[in-house]
Amino acid sequence: MSKKEKLPDSKGRFGIYGGVYVAETLVPALEELAQKYELIKDDKEFMAEVQDDLEKFVGRPSPLYFAKHWSKKLGGAKVYLKREDLNHTGAHKINNTVGQILLAKHMGKTRIIAETGAGQHGVATATVAARHGLECVIYMGEEDIKRQSLNVYRIKILGAEVVSVNSGTKTLKDAMNEAMRDWVTNVDNTYYIIGSVAGPHPYPQIVRDFNSVVGEEVLFQSKNQIGKMPDLLVACVGGGSNAMGLFYPFIDISSTDLVGVEAGGLGLDTGKHAAPLNAGSEGVLHGMRTYLMQTTEGQIQNTHSISAGLDYPGVGPEHAWLKDIGRADYTTANDQEALDAFKELTLVEGIMPALETAHALAYVKKIAPTMDSEKVIVVNISGRGDKDINTVADIEGIKL
Amino acid sequence: MGRIEKTFLDLAELKQKALIGYIVSGDPNMSSTLMAMHLMVEEGVHVIELGIAFSDPMAEGPSIQQGHERALAEKISLKATLKLVKSFREKDKKTPVVLMGYMNTFEALGSEVFSYAAKDNGVDGILIVDMPLEASDEFTEECRKQGLDVIRLIAPTTTESRIKKICKQASGYIYYISLKGITGADSINPEEVEKKVLKLKKLTDLPVVIGFGIKDGKSASKVKDLADGVVVGTALVDIMGGNKEEIEKHLSIKIKDLSKALRKT
Ligand SMILES: Cc1ncc(COP(=O)(O)O)c(C=O)c1O
Repeated sequence: MSKKEKLPDSKGRFGIYGGVYVAETLVPALEELAQKYELIKDDKEFMAEVQDDLEKFVGRPSPLYFAKHWSKKLGGAKVYLKREDLNHTGAHKINNTVGQILLAKHMGKTRIIAETGAGQHGVATATVAARHGLECVIYMGEEDIKRQSLNVYRIKILGAEVVSVNSGTKTLKDAMNEAMRDWVTNVDNTYYIIGSVAGPHPYPQIVRDFNSVVGEEVLFQSKNQIGKMPDLLVACVGGGSNAMGLFYPFIDISSTDLVGVEAGGLGLDTGKHAAPLNAGSEGVLHGMRTYLMQTTEGQIQNTHSISAGLDYPGVGPEHAWLKDIGRADYTTANDQEALDAFKELTLVEGIMPALETAHALAYVKKIAPTMDSEKVIVVNISGRGDKDINTVADIEGIKL
Repeated sequence: MGRIEKTFLDLAELKQKALIGYIVSGDPNMSSTLMAMHLMVEEGVHVIELGIAFSDPMAEGPSIQQGHERALAEKISLKATLKLVKSFREKDKKTPVVLMGYMNTFEALGSEVFSYAAKDNGVDGILIVDMPLEASDEFTEECRKQGLDVIRLIAPTTTESRIKKICKQASGYIYYISLKGITGADSINPEEVEKKVLKLKKLTDLPVVIGFGIKDGKSASKVKDLADGVVVGTALVDIMGGNKEEIEKHLSIKIKDLSKALRKT
């Protein structure tokens, strides 16, 4: 039987990972969401509406672009870029929000909440909320508000309220805690659009499914443009949604290797990173069992990454499972490597990637030269780098 | 008979309601917690819920979050809390102690190690906020083996069929969450609580206590007749986080007020 057909199981689990670890108040809401989603995902009319939005609002399909110059420079495998940066609002995050907001409307919810780290998911959520005329509140850590001020302002212009979260580490995980607290309070009229393949069941499944359009397109485009399946897929992993969206349709294609790249921060040995799959251990956070960065006493640790979107101590449960069964490999790229890759792609191909994406590119920089020229790598350009200009300028000591 | 069962039986005989007090273990430090535990009992608390600090207390409002942060700043672990309960038991062999917290800190110790040590040190029950029925097999199994009560939450959103399932698995008492929200919210609606609790009482023989939104004698009297007891948390944690010199005084006044309200007929 195919590995992917039946997961998550009826308890929302991927092996031992996933599940529903939430306060009792939310259990019925999650059960309802899971039931509604089960019905709607096979509803032709609903899916046609999602498809139509993906085409005309998001601008899909996104191109599969042969990075000829960069491939030549790297001197090995052919590198193709899946251009999610060209989506409306500039990242893969919109694929998920377009789908979930239709689900929210279908369920009769009138108020939308979301958490955001880099602000891309906040922008993508505020965008669809504006379009559908729904009230929208975005939770964002105080630290992230500082480093992603451009996106904060975009969210506000889109008519959403941004709530600054100053508990805990003041980053993505705390924004998620706060969004959960909002949801538990306003569960009757509110839909929580989680921004990655994380959280309690059915979110990891819903977000994966809505992002799978990325991998589906790559399947089709590889056949038509390259004439073969890629040998390797590479994506950065924060919560893991852009990676899962790319990987999922390929899970049964065993000739295609899957590599996810976590944020190595200042280096795994410094403890200042955001790489739970590489240096974490099993635990329970935000409603799911997964790999976490935690102390031996089960307290969640501070993370560090140059990119706000990867700065998260957990990871989607399906990645934890793919790691354990050996179907996907997970590695890291550190801050400096990501920054170098960010600059290189910009200079060589004229494509400025998000700093999150740059982690995946840093791995490609290392691996492509070791591969034959017939080999094909597809890397997910999960987003564009405009939002990171302030961060990069800061590091270079430049005042804008 | 366990301490929890005995406490509720004794209270029922006296036609009295249980006063359950929640503070965070190690907030603002261990000696204050121990002092507060004894003082609470002296002034009329019947069951103590000790919060286990977690870095990401998802169900807590700002007051209790800060309590958790104060305890974490003191580097209070679950192990240290077990020792604290042992010290408490030197003087108090009667008052039930329930540990309340989040899955990850309990699991970090391991279900077997934890449940054995908990029992051994004089803990009577556990209440894990993010461990709903479906997620609890292994942990509850181990706790039951040791004779620890696994306290279950029921929320305003919990359906009747689910309530039945939960009650079947629960022991000790049932904790009814009086409102949709986090700890410390104050939008409790007595009529709505009444409807739900009446239904709930028909579905279980266990004592039912009401928590969330009760902060003083006045709010306690509004719901006390509906159930077998009330839980007060945020109001006590606010006191523990206040001026250190005045913790004893304020705690004493607060518990007296609550206790008096519960005894009034
Ligand atoms: C451009 C971009 N890539 C990647 C991520 C990481 O999220 P995920 O791992 O869910 O794809 C983010 C998150 O904000 C992002 O903005």
